Amino acid sequence: MTYLIEGETGEWELVIGLEVHAQVVSNAKLFSGAATRFGAEPNSQVSFIDAGFPGMLPVINRVCVEQAVRTGLGLKAKINLTSVFARKNYFYADLPQGYQISQYEQPIVGNGTLTIDLADGTSKVIGIERLHLEQDAGKSMHDQHPTRSYIDLNRSGVALMEIVSKPDLRSPEEAGAYIAKLRSILRYLGTCDGNMQEGSLRCDANVSVRPKGSDELRTRCEIKNVNSIRFVQQAIEYEARRHVEVYESGGTIDQETRLFDSSKGETRSMRSKEHAHDYRYFPDPDLLPLVLDPAMVEEIGRSLPELPDEKKDRFVHEYGLSAYDAGVLVAEQASADFFETVAKGRDSKLAANWVMGDFFGALNATGRTVEDPPVSAADLGALIDLIKDGTLSGRLAKDVFALMLETGKAPAVLVEEKGLRQVTDTSAIEAAIDQVMAANPDKVAEIKGGKDKLMGWFVGQVMKATQGKANPAMVNELLANKMKD
Amino acid sequence: MSLDRTTVRAIANLARIAVPDEDLDHLAGELSNILTFVEDLSSADTDGIEPMSSVAAMSLPMRDDVVTDGGYADKVLANAPGGATEGFFTVPKVVE
Repeated sequence: MTYLIEGETGEWELVIGLEVHAQVVSNAKLFSGAATRFGAEPNSQVSFIDAGFPGMLPVINRVCVEQAVRTGLGLKAKINLTSVFARKNYFYADLPQGYQISQYEQPIVGNGTLTIDLADGTSKVIGIERLHLEQDAGKSMHDQHPTRSYIDLNRSGVALMEIVSKPDLRSPEEAGAYIAKLRSILRYLGTCDGNMQEGSLRCDANVSVRPKGSDELRTRCEIKNVNSIRFVQQAIEYEARRHVEVYESGGTIDQETRLFDSSKGETRSMRSKEHAHDYRYFPDPDLLPLVLDPAMVEEIGRSLPELPDEKKDRFVHEYGLSAYDAGVLVAEQASADFFETVAKGRDSKLAANWVMGDFFGALNATGRTVEDPPVSAADLGALIDLIKDGTLSGRLAKDVFALMLETGKAPAVLVEEKGLRQVTDTSAIEAAIDQVMAANPDKVAEIKGGKDKLMGWFVGQVMKATQGKANPAMVNELLANKMKD
Repeated sequence: MSLDRTTVRAIANLARIAVPDEDLDHLAGELSNILTFVEDLSSADTDGIEPMSSVAAMSLPMRDDVVTDGGYADKVLANAPGGATEGFFTVPKVVE
């Protein structure tokens, strides 16, 4: 469905492009041998290169290059066998070199695509403009001292991939779906951990509006460094409404950088005009052109894992899952692997229901993760086997699952220990039915008089009399026969 | 190509160099001369020649992804203006 903003003068359409900064998974930094681990003591992972000391020369990290290529291939993008590093010049306290080494006219990765999945079940292909490698800056802290800002250079020089979308996004929902899918692909590829809290994935949003039906591109504003999907969506919506208000009151929008204040839910101008940025890019004289061996690119291509879109298609075809269920299961590789272990050789829909229902519920309740599950995939599979072979009814299986969570024991062990085996012995169930009927002659009379609704009550009483162990289908059938007598 | 005073002031500002107003005309002249000198290059015929971003006929050497550096915060911070505080550089407060 098209997302439009209702203005005084008519309807307005959003035009959104996203720039995502994804921290590359590597041991060492892009151009130095200092470590990248998050949360180390301040300035303990800083080389003289990262601190911008005179006379230091950068040497590129092979793995960071391979990670960028891997990500490019995952985005079905063109890999540029020759790319060039450039200096982006600006002064800021957490940028000791006085410039950021980035790529400008010749990035390592060119045009690609990413397919987003929307809540109404449709998909949309979003263009990727480019991906380039660059250095991260250090970290400033402004709340440690009344008059000073504190600078930690541990992040300075860590490799980032800046991934730029085309202005193909039309709503906050699409922007959120784009980030979620990109994050999922990066995690599958193992090129970025996607941790938005730790800043491994940060997003800038370029937002403009235009009258519905127009194809013009109006002045855009860039909202910097938003660190959660929800905030990106809020920031886009606020900014788009601001543009509509300005245009409708006869004003103009200035191209500028804005900051999202999540506590107030608004964007505000970040840099004043007299400091309008002029980065004076030029090729970095310390670095030669980056030339890739086509054989290396091919080898990385061969080593790509099955990515979320392909896995989703396979889950739909191989396991007969709905597109929605398949989408939920493949969002994280660990969930998809867990499901496949449970589903292997079993009823796949039953497996999907258990994984997405009781198992995901148990993860939420216990605060555990799929990587460190409270119930193993093998045990959950064994539980499903016990349902299939008639040992357990669906209802008893839920009780057993709760006990598995509590004790960590295998389902078969629990069934034996607690005597939870389903009762399928006709005479035992009939005995229980007779007992309940004998105790409630008035209700039996009512049913025979046509009050069918009472059947449910009888089933419940029989289940209760058998401590929930009677096979519910058999109870229903036998009870119906008895009532006909 | 000749530069005017406003452009020279803007360039100085981007480079964070304080240039007194009385020096602007002189600098505009000097910079214009340099630009004119370099502009001679544009008379060369470069049709069909690959753009060159390095004078060395080799490509970028790479290193392995191994931690070999860092771990000397004391040295990095040794010349921090005003000294280091709790392991951090500190600067006059910059908040946007």
